[in-house]
Amino acid sequence: MTEKDTQLLMGNEAIGQGLIEAGCQVAAAYPGTPSTEILQAVIDRAGLALEPLHIEWSVNEKIAFEVALAASYTGKRAAAVMKQVGLNVAADPFMRTAYLGVKGGMLTIVADDPGPHSSQNEQDTRLFCLQARVPVLDPASPAEAKDLVPVGFDLSEKYEVNVVLRPTTRICHSRQNVARRQPQRLERVADFQKDPTRWAATPAFLPALHRKLNQHLASIASEPDLQPQLTPGDGSHPRLAMVASGIVYSHLVDLLEELGLSGCCDLYKVIMPYPMNPDFSHQLLTAYDRVLVLEETYPVIELQLAHPGTIGKQSGAVPREGELTPDIIHQVLASFLDLSPPAVLPTERRGQRPSLCPGCPHRAAFYNIKACFPKGIFPSDIGCYTLGMNLGAVNTVHCMGACISQGVGFYHAYAQDGEVPPIVVTIGDSTFFHAGIPALINAVVQQARIIIVILDNATTAMTGGQPVPHMGIAAGGKQTRAVAIEPLVKASGVDFLEVCDPYDQEHFKALLRQADTYTRRPDGGVAVLISRHGCIMDRTVRSGQPSFKISIDERCVGCRKCVEAFECPALSMDPVSGKAVVNQDRCIGCGVCIPVCPVEAIGEEGSA
Amino acid sequence: MKQQLIVSGIGGQGVLFLTRVIAQTAVNREMPVLTAETHGMAQRGGTVLSTIKVGAFASPLIRTGQADVGLVLWEANLPVHRPLLQADGQLLVNADQAGEGQRIDASGIARELGSAVLANLVLLGLAIRQQALFCSAEECETAIRQLAPVKFVELNLAAFRKGLHT
Repeated sequence: MTEKDTQLLMGNEAIGQGLIEAGCQVAAAYPGTPSTEILQAVIDRAGLALEPLHIEWSVNEKIAFEVALAASYTGKRAAAVMKQVGLNVAADPFMRTAYLGVKGGMLTIVADDPGPHSSQNEQDTRLFCLQARVPVLDPASPAEAKDLVPVGFDLSEKYEVNVVLRPTTRICHSRQNVARRQPQRLERVADFQKDPTRWAATPAFLPALHRKLNQHLASIASEPDLQPQLTPGDGSHPRLAMVASGIVYSHLVDLLEELGLSGCCDLYKVIMPYPMNPDFSHQLLTAYDRVLVLEETYPVIELQLAHPGTIGKQSGAVPREGELTPDIIHQVLASFLDLSPPAVLPTERRGQRPSLCPGCPHRAAFYNIKACFPKGIFPSDIGCYTLGMNLGAVNTVHCMGACISQGVGFYHAYAQDGEVPPIVVTIGDSTFFHAGIPALINAVVQQARIIIVILDNATTAMTGGQPVPHMGIAAGGKQTRAVAIEPLVKASGVDFLEVCDPYDQEHFKALLRQADTYTRRPDGGVAVLISRHGCIMDRTVRSGQPSFKISIDERCVGCRKCVEAFECPALSMDPVSGKAVVNQDRCIGCGVCIPVCPVEAIGEEGSA
Repeated sequence: MKQQLIVSGIGGQGVLFLTRVIAQTAVNREMPVLTAETHGMAQRGGTVLSTIKVGAFASPLIRTGQADVGLVLWEANLPVHRPLLQADGQLLVNADQAGEGQRIDASGIARELGSAVLANLVLLGLAIRQQALFCSAEECETAIRQLAPVKFVELNLAAFRKGLHT
């Protein structure tokens, strides 16, 4: 590689490249949109690293954080990577790390999802950092996200604190020309300096650590390179200023340019939204009457500035929820600068909803769960299988692993009143390892009579197929010890355990009924059914199973069962004939729909 | 030179690949380029949109009514994404029936080549034939060679050329 070259990189790839260049030696993550491609980019570029590099897909975010943390204790650079709700899982070690600090540079990369596009909420990691007292950097472009990686490591090492880099979806999943540089060789040797007053600090030592943290934060807030950057105005709008951070700053720059308003008033770009320099707040207070603050997603800068003339989320001038798109910023700006209001936006349409893929084994499982227990309660979880909603077989989706515990809560609430409907929990294999095992043990101990279907497709499908612990493959395809699901389930005290391919629909239904009977027996309890069939996105799975040429003949009565109850995106209703038709571009010929048709109109082409 | 483009489709149609090919031509010219893409659950067959901004821009997103060119791989998305296009913007649509914009049965052509997913490059070929994009046919072919998996390069180029010459 030359000293410097330019590539089209996604923000996440740019961050991954930045980690390699900065001499990071331990990188740990749990996948989650929009953060996933960061660790994948580190895996793809591991060959560029000049020194040993351990990369892991950890079982969950808390584990990823703790692995990276201890590596930092040895003086090496380390990174933990997750999405915003992953930080909730890692919150416990994250909060304490603020007090205890780190040694080698520690970067926690947390990708936020304003909108949200692919998350269960749109929480703001910058506000989390304010509460945790952790410095946070907010890049405004993919290239800047990469540039802030070494900045974050340097800051972390200068003050021995954990530093957060917070890209948002529009940074993570945007591409840009990004310059690459030679990776650094830091020549660090693992050297853990034992200091129980710090690494094992008991309450006696914590006030002093807390005081030191506060002193550091005051110094960090004054770091010259991390101050808000001013683009001075032309004086045409005196005593007005605009303050923006993250991708919203970039939207604003383009908008001002398009409207011919570049340089119309003083514009500040905030790189470090926490801790903010009190001198900056004071300067805004004295120099400006009105300050427009644009940031995603919560009013973090706004709260710290506490300027009485703030136009922002607290004043209601800027929407408090959702992504701040260029269209929304246009409306806000028009109001702030007394411009003619932009044209009324067309009502936003959502387009086509996502569906489980044609041939997805989860569809076969959900369809038959719903068929067996039309009046069941179906707690489910985070993953592709959330889309079981479309089949009416997913009633709750909350957070990683919640479905099993929610199943227990449903059971006891109903059991108090007498009759309990069938409670069928669905959880993916990756989610089961992430947060399902403690919940399963709890379900057994609390004597909940529920059915848990573990949807085992041998991968973390939603995020693009990261390895799962029972496959014996680690990050980058490295062989490792496989940890099977069955013995974990057995060891959790489950006496009813069956495994079935959901494509074998009659057997699958029979096992569901047996499971239901078991939960209602005097000596019954938690029943677990492992629904096992590889993810259909995996080419080897698809090529390894028979494929039928599916057609629908004239017997079709247009009952819509196959397009609604079964909801395969390869099937649709022909508006002219009113009969179901197969889209051969999308059908993979799994044949699971054949028994779904009540009049046997769906079949293998050529067969009677 | 500045150009703002949208690529609209559903998950599985190769919207991301088409986005990368167009953006790569800009990189090869050493022009600044920004894209924004849809990843995550929407990729499971839901509506997806990419934006591409070539030239001196800071943000990857496009305001309503600002896109110069729209490449629409899934006709049913028109009501959703048409408003992003300028009133006189160039619209290129994969469709087998008459309607708004320059149209081509890209899926049909791609099917004849062996895979409906090649419709993305057929539509790109049409866009180049209509001189809708900032880049040339040769530049697109170079980018396709750079980005396609080796064993699919020729098939991808064939799809592109079908769109270019049909």
